Amino acid sequence: MDAEPRAADLPPPITEVGVVGWLRANLFRSWTSSIVTLVLLYLLVRMLVPFLDWALVSADFVGTQSSDCSGQGACWVFIGQRIQFFIYGFYPSAEYWRVDICYALLALVLAPQFIPGVPMRVRKWLGIFGMTLFPVVSYVLIGGGWFGLQPIPSDKWGGLTLTLMLAFTGILASLPIGIVLALGRRSQMPVIRSLSVVFIEIWRGVPLISVLFMASVMLPIFLPEGVDFNKLLRALIGITLFWSAYMAEVVRGGLQAIPKGQYEAADALGLNYWKSMGLVILPQALKYVIPGVVNTFIALFKDTTLVLIIGLFDVLGTVQSTIIDPAWRNVATEGYLFAAFMFWIFCFGMSRYSQNLERRLHTGHQTR
Amino acid sequence: MPEHEQHPPASRPAPWRNPQVRAIAFQVIALAILAWAGYTIFQNTLHNMQERGIHTGFGFLGQPAGFGIIFSLIPYDETMSYGRTFLVGLLNTLLVSGIGIVLATIVGFIAGIARLSKNWLVSRIAAAYIEIFRNIPLLLQIFFWYFAVLRALPSPRQSMHLGDSVFLNNRGLYVPAPVSQPGMGLVWIALLIAIVAVIAVRFWARRRQLRTGQPFHTFWVGLAIVVGMPLVTFLATGRPISFDLPRLQGFNFSGGMGLIPEFVALLAALTIYTGTFIAETVRAGILSVRHGQTEAALSLGLPQGLVLRLVVIPQAMRVIIPPLTSQYLNLTKNSSLATAIGYPDLVAVFMGTTLNQTGKAVEIVAMTMAVYLAISLAISFVMNMYNRAVALKER
Repeated sequence: MDAEPRAADLPPPITEVGVVGWLRANLFRSWTSSIVTLVLLYLLVRMLVPFLDWALVSADFVGTQSSDCSGQGACWVFIGQRIQFFIYGFYPSAEYWRVDICYALLALVLAPQFIPGVPMRVRKWLGIFGMTLFPVVSYVLIGGGWFGLQPIPSDKWGGLTLTLMLAFTGILASLPIGIVLALGRRSQMPVIRSLSVVFIEIWRGVPLISVLFMASVMLPIFLPEGVDFNKLLRALIGITLFWSAYMAEVVRGGLQAIPKGQYEAADALGLNYWKSMGLVILPQALKYVIPGVVNTFIALFKDTTLVLIIGLFDVLGTVQSTIIDPAWRNVATEGYLFAAFMFWIFCFGMSRYSQNLERRLHTGHQTR
Repeated sequence: MPEHEQHPPASRPAPWRNPQVRAIAFQVIALAILAWAGYTIFQNTLHNMQERGIHTGFGFLGQPAGFGIIFSLIPYDETMSYGRTFLVGLLNTLLVSGIGIVLATIVGFIAGIARLSKNWLVSRIAAAYIEIFRNIPLLLQIFFWYFAVLRALPSPRQSMHLGDSVFLNNRGLYVPAPVSQPGMGLVWIALLIAIVAVIAVRFWARRRQLRTGQPFHTFWVGLAIVVGMPLVTFLATGRPISFDLPRLQGFNFSGGMGLIPEFVALLAALTIYTGTFIAETVRAGILSVRHGQTEAALSLGLPQGLVLRLVVIPQAMRVIIPPLTSQYLNLTKNSSLATAIGYPDLVAVFMGTTLNQTGKAVEIVAMTMAVYLAISLAISFVMNMYNRAVALKER
């Protein structure tokens, strides 16, 4: 019995695969879909072409002064000329190397966390260094006054350096305070619980700007005579207290998601409160809430811009103070785009990192 | 014999090993520290205020303010009191947050649904909008709209205009103001009657559908009633409304309704920024409804539109409402950034100018914070009520 040899399979219709198939499936699925696609394409071209022309084609990149810009496109010369101010603020230029060392250390701490293949132990120790020794070293380096370094008062700090300092310190301080507040809110002790609830709800109910105003106007009234903080420290206290309340709510969500059996198991093992929290509950709870915690970090990072309202010069503050310079005409858009890009890079990087971290710590607790 | 065996007396743990004793001790210590801190702050405050010659009290609210406010919903001038400035600022805050909440909700729902679109281009554009504007600080966006966009607009004489009625220039946006003539009252009454009629029709339609299974096109009939009745009245009473057009007079516009650039910039930034967060909330809510629900509804023979309206959206709302509430709260609190561009909101007018003039730091900061706390509590109260109404009712 010799069956006829089977003919080769026909290829799928050309309209279903490849570029044409993709277009049909994703852009021209139906009449309405096709019309929407065409309208959007038209609008996109109408908007993007002039923007790219302004930002790249007609833009001026080289030069040293305002007259080097033709005025036809973006004047990136302005950014190039002021970049040092945007990064270092009023820091004396002879001492820039001290800030540069801090940036290098920061890169040393952060970069390996993103590079695949770096062993977990190295990452861990770099992380611990970043959270403990690095802030101290940076403070000594930037502030000076020790080891023969010329002291530089904090009102000279500014630009991106100040933004990163505020964000880094705020993040580092608000997470542990937030965890303690969250534990307090879940505590069995009525006094501790109500104190935590009141603290958290008050901070969450008011805008950060009023907290910063309060920190700058009312702290001096609350403190005994002779004790005074500088403006930067006051802003930091305000930011930390404010965001620790938000952090507490995020962490509380994680604590509530832990089944009661875990608490009981920890008790049954004879662990005391801090051990059962530190070894059993928190490691699980914090893993649940990584996205929320990082979202709070991102919000904190963005809200550091508010310090310019109480007179500190962060990135946005430095940009804001230079675009009104009469020597340059109409550079507001360029300045804001630069500042926006700076913030966007950090915030987007953080959100990507959190997704990455979530995947790495994923131990099957998610149903999907 | 076992009965005669002497049991050792049950050893009682030392007091510091007893969790209950420890808990009480811990709370007493916490209260003591709190009381001490409160007392110290109180003493310091009294002392410092005496040193600076500041008197406490709310008497300043009755004194004349002596400064002008560029935008006010209620009549205001320099001779009025600080209490009046408080009210003006509060109303301005409520105005911008109220309109912002409505606009951000619309933008957010559109962007959130668009991001789930099967059309690749639509979902990519929505994703790009969300990822770009979510990651840029709000203050920067406010500055951008105010200093880079609205300030760069032409002067009033070279306004961009839409016909003879809408003008946009660096002094703001000018639109015609509706002025009601006698007879407009009848139109409002007609609208009220129409709304009552629609509610009655809806009630009747539901009763009929339960009895006979016949659906009724409540939406279209209702729309016809709500639009038709006032329209007929409007035409019958001889169109009792006229528009006050903005006119260029000298260097500025008069007449019409002017929106100051500070307001427009703040509103644009708040809407665009909060819209991204609402979009993500909406997307998460819709994704949380399992696909089986859609399939079940389709297999019951419901058309696509009803599947969304009756099955997907009610279930998604349960997930959307709580985070949506906190976005509304954030928008309201973020409206205080107005102070950076000079829109006269509560923080700018009261915590800024009034505080600088009177030096009553404690009273003013406390009042401002209390207002925001009250607004926050009110919004959460309303949204929690709605949440209870749509929450899963397990039997």
